[in-house]
Amino acid sequence: MDTLEPIVSINNVTKTYKRGDQIIPVLEEISLVINKGDYLALMGPSGSGKSTLLNLIAGLDQADKGVIEVGGIDITVLSESELSRWRVSNVGFIFQFYNLIPVLTAFENVELPLILSDLSGKERKEHVFTALKVVNIEDRMSHYPSQLSGGQQQRVAIARAIVTDPTILVADEPTGDLDRASAANVLDLMDRLNRDLGKTIIVVTHDPWAGKRAHTVKLLDKGVLSDDSQDTHS
Amino acid sequence: MIVKILIRNAFRHKLRTSLTICGIAIAILAYGLLNTVIDAWYAGVEASAANRLITRNSISLIFRLPLSYREKIRSIDNVEIVSYGNWFGGYYKDEKNFFANFAVEPNSYIKLYPEYKIPENERTSFLKNRRGCLVGKKLADSFGWRIGDNISLISRIYPGKWEFVLMGIYRGKQKSVDETLFFFHWEYFNEMIKKSRPFSADNVGFYVIGVDNPENAALTAKTIDKGFENSLAETLTETEKAFQLGFVSMSESILDAIKLVSFVIIVIILVVVANTMVMSVRERINEYAVLKTLGFSGRHIAILILGESILITTIGGMVGVMATFPAARIFSYAVGTFFPVFNVTKETLLQDVIVTLIVGITAGILPTWRATTIRITDGLRKIG
Amino acid sequence: MRLLFFYSFRNLLTRRVTTLLTSSGMALVVFVFAAIIMLAEGLQKTLIETGLDNNIVVLRRSATTEVQSIISRYQASIIETQPEISLDRTGARLLAKELVVLITLRKKVSNSLANVVIRGIERTSIDMRPQVKLSAGRLPKPGTLEIMVGNNVAKNFKNAGLGNSIYFAMRSWTVVGVFDAGETGFSSEIWGDSDQLMKAFRRNAYSSIIFRRNSNFDLPSFKRRIESDPRLTLNAMVEVEYYKKQSEMMAKFLRILGISLTAIFSIGAIIGAMITMYAAVANRTAEIGTLRALGFGRTNILFAFLLESLILGFLGGCTGLIFASMLQLISVSTTNFQTFSELAFSFRLSVGIVTKAMGFSLFMGFVGGILPAIRASRMKIVESLREV
Repeated sequence: MDTLEPIVSINNVTKTYKRGDQIIPVLEEISLVINKGDYLALMGPSGSGKSTLLNLIAGLDQADKGVIEVGGIDITVLSESELSRWRVSNVGFIFQFYNLIPVLTAFENVELPLILSDLSGKERKEHVFTALKVVNIEDRMSHYPSQLSGGQQQRVAIARAIVTDPTILVADEPTGDLDRASAANVLDLMDRLNRDLGKTIIVVTHDPWAGKRAHTVKLLDKGVLSDDSQDTHS
Repeated sequence: MIVKILIRNAFRHKLRTSLTICGIAIAILAYGLLNTVIDAWYAGVEASAANRLITRNSISLIFRLPLSYREKIRSIDNVEIVSYGNWFGGYYKDEKNFFANFAVEPNSYIKLYPEYKIPENERTSFLKNRRGCLVGKKLADSFGWRIGDNISLISRIYPGKWEFVLMGIYRGKQKSVDETLFFFHWEYFNEMIKKSRPFSADNVGFYVIGVDNPENAALTAKTIDKGFENSLAETLTETEKAFQLGFVSMSESILDAIKLVSFVIIVIILVVVANTMVMSVRERINEYAVLKTLGFSGRHIAILILGESILITTIGGMVGVMATFPAARIFSYAVGTFFPVFNVTKETLLQDVIVTLIVGITAGILPTWRATTIRITDGLRKIG
Repeated sequence: MRLLFFYSFRNLLTRRVTTLLTSSGMALVVFVFAAIIMLAEGLQKTLIETGLDNNIVVLRRSATTEVQSIISRYQASIIETQPEISLDRTGARLLAKELVVLITLRKKVSNSLANVVIRGIERTSIDMRPQVKLSAGRLPKPGTLEIMVGNNVAKNFKNAGLGNSIYFAMRSWTVVGVFDAGETGFSSEIWGDSDQLMKAFRRNAYSSIIFRRNSNFDLPSFKRRIESDPRLTLNAMVEVEYYKKQSEMMAKFLRILGISLTAIFSIGAIIGAMITMYAAVANRTAEIGTLRALGFGRTNILFAFLLESLILGFLGGCTGLIFASMLQLISVSTTNFQTFSELAFSFRLSVGIVTKAMGFSLFMGFVGGILPAIRASRMKIVESLREV
């Protein structure tokens, strides 16, 4: 990685939750820079705040304090609807439980984010086919999620995440619900997306196998960020 | 695509959706029927003509007016035809077989009510035969009466057995015309009264007056009542419409109750549909959160949920409307002559449609509000 | 069993919105059901309380109401001499020859015309109706154009209060008294001097004769005597029976209306309960599997869900009845089809109605819950556990 162009920069971000009248700090004064084409894994025990950090980067949640810039835009100042529009073209999501819409076929699920763009119907179809080809699931495109295995569903979800060609890809425990073989398959796919297509990927996981694939691993514990001792480049 | 999700969502829980549709169909059916019942109550008002006046004794309906008033009324300006009659209060064989029956002066009465269609030959034979009677089609059908049949009625007011011969059957020119009435000759009635109760002979229960122009109706009514002021029997003259409305207003409380009840049924069904939507949305809150994550806005979610709610209610509403017609026919048959005119009107159908839409939208509001305001991170956490 | 109850109850608590919606649907049905039956009950009670057991009403044979009846003075004099009439303290016969006609008055609220009973009375008429109590003004003097009105007439009709005069039959009649006859039909009547009213209406015959029976009275033999007398075309009945009959048609109409409406409505509410309970079962599949794995039997599961649905019905029934009981404060005034005259009465709640409404509500809960409960009890442990 020679061109070190920062794509995500987080500066002094603090986030707390209220539970009853108790205020629980989740993230304290976190600062982090992620460069373009990076593959970052956020690891840590449950409750460490790694998912919260991911949600903040993806613009799903709002920080109490601090600045988060993604692709040069400070997303902490955007309104809810501005954030919505921003997410469409800038963030691709991969969830632990795939979160496909059960009443839509694989093809339709991938097409879903595109209906918010101004692409023509034909262009949309082309994009969907390309994305399905990348994840290698074209043969199942007219199946409903319930007719697909977990690994297949996750591949469809990845296709949905990349179909808009987003600035960053975020994944929250993408292998958390998969068996070893399917997980490996999904991780290979993410590798390819990063290597061949130059996608910036941020993944939250506590699966060491998944962590190993990343270029950089950051540890998050009790709201504090630290570098992982073993910086494993694959 | 949104529409596709919407439609498929609606039929995701087949059992739940079909139960809800069934509930709406029944509610709309009941609503339509109740509306039709109310319309039936007002049928007499609807069918009344603007140029007809009714004159009766001002004390109350049970008091009569002397026959001699006829000539006096006829001499009043703008009056074209004067007819008269008595409420007979008769029933056929059993008190349960109750229908409206009048002794009327037939020549003028038929002229005043052109909406009764009577075949020419039946009309002349009815007018000629002093013991003849003229009967509505619906009434004749319900007792299986044919032309030439001998019919005897028993009256609660006038003792004895009264024998009539069926000479004519009329049909209504419009649907709103009451086809369950029974008319016979006032002359025959008066003769019988003369024999049994001479002191109450030559009295009529009401006069029906045809005015040349509806615009003159109000003035003519006043002139008639003025003419009999301070006489033995003071009169009260109203347009036919006002007279019929007076009858309706007697049962005002019941009508109000029915109106209230038809409102209650809407609330019940609203609650049922709202419940269905609340449950469906709660189960799918995770999906809505995913959609929001993908960049769909609150507006999209609102369309999804409200659309589903409206789709389900509309299907139910259509089933209900379609069922209203056969149900109204069965109901009308069951109550017989109690509601002489029982038709499902366009207004009722329109109201059905409006109610369906209102229920569909209202039921979707609460879940829509929930789904659109929930924070994405909370929505995503609710799994399964 | 107690644990089971709390399990069902807490589940309802967690799904507050759904519980609220489902039970309020049922509450509305119970409300309508109770309201209409209460109305019929109120009407019947009002008319039954109007009559007394020891008063006898004599009418013309074909007449079913006093308004239709005519009794000539000659016939009246025959009745007057019957031996079964009791005497008051002064030794006078407790018998009244009354005139009953309808007049039209305008209602206060709707301004529409309604028929009101005007009763021509004698001095004895009041002695025989202990329910009638003067609440304002004084009794009308015999032989004058003075009248007194029932409190419902004073309340519901225009210009019918104390001190007003009402014009009918070419005369102006002054209201000198208002009487309260409790929840009876008399409260919807106007009373005036019998002779004066007969003169004004130019009638030479009475409508009815009322007398207080003495211990020698026997209805069948009295009836037989009157009916076999060719001079009399009359019929006698106990006053209670007479008034009971007048409420029959209307009460029957209300009951049929109430039952058929609630039958339709209850389908809606049952469907609501079914939807809720099916959803409850579907959402708790894993829970059911766990309970079964812990050793709870199929019947336990069945009861738990049925109980949940019955609680829904119970909540609905209670709410519906609470609102229905508030109706008792409202008085209704409508035309009785049978007598064609205006009658005021109020909603009456009775133990019987409460039981019926509650039973009906639990029935809705039962019907709505039984199928989902059966489905829950039939689930296979392994399959339901697998579902997350």
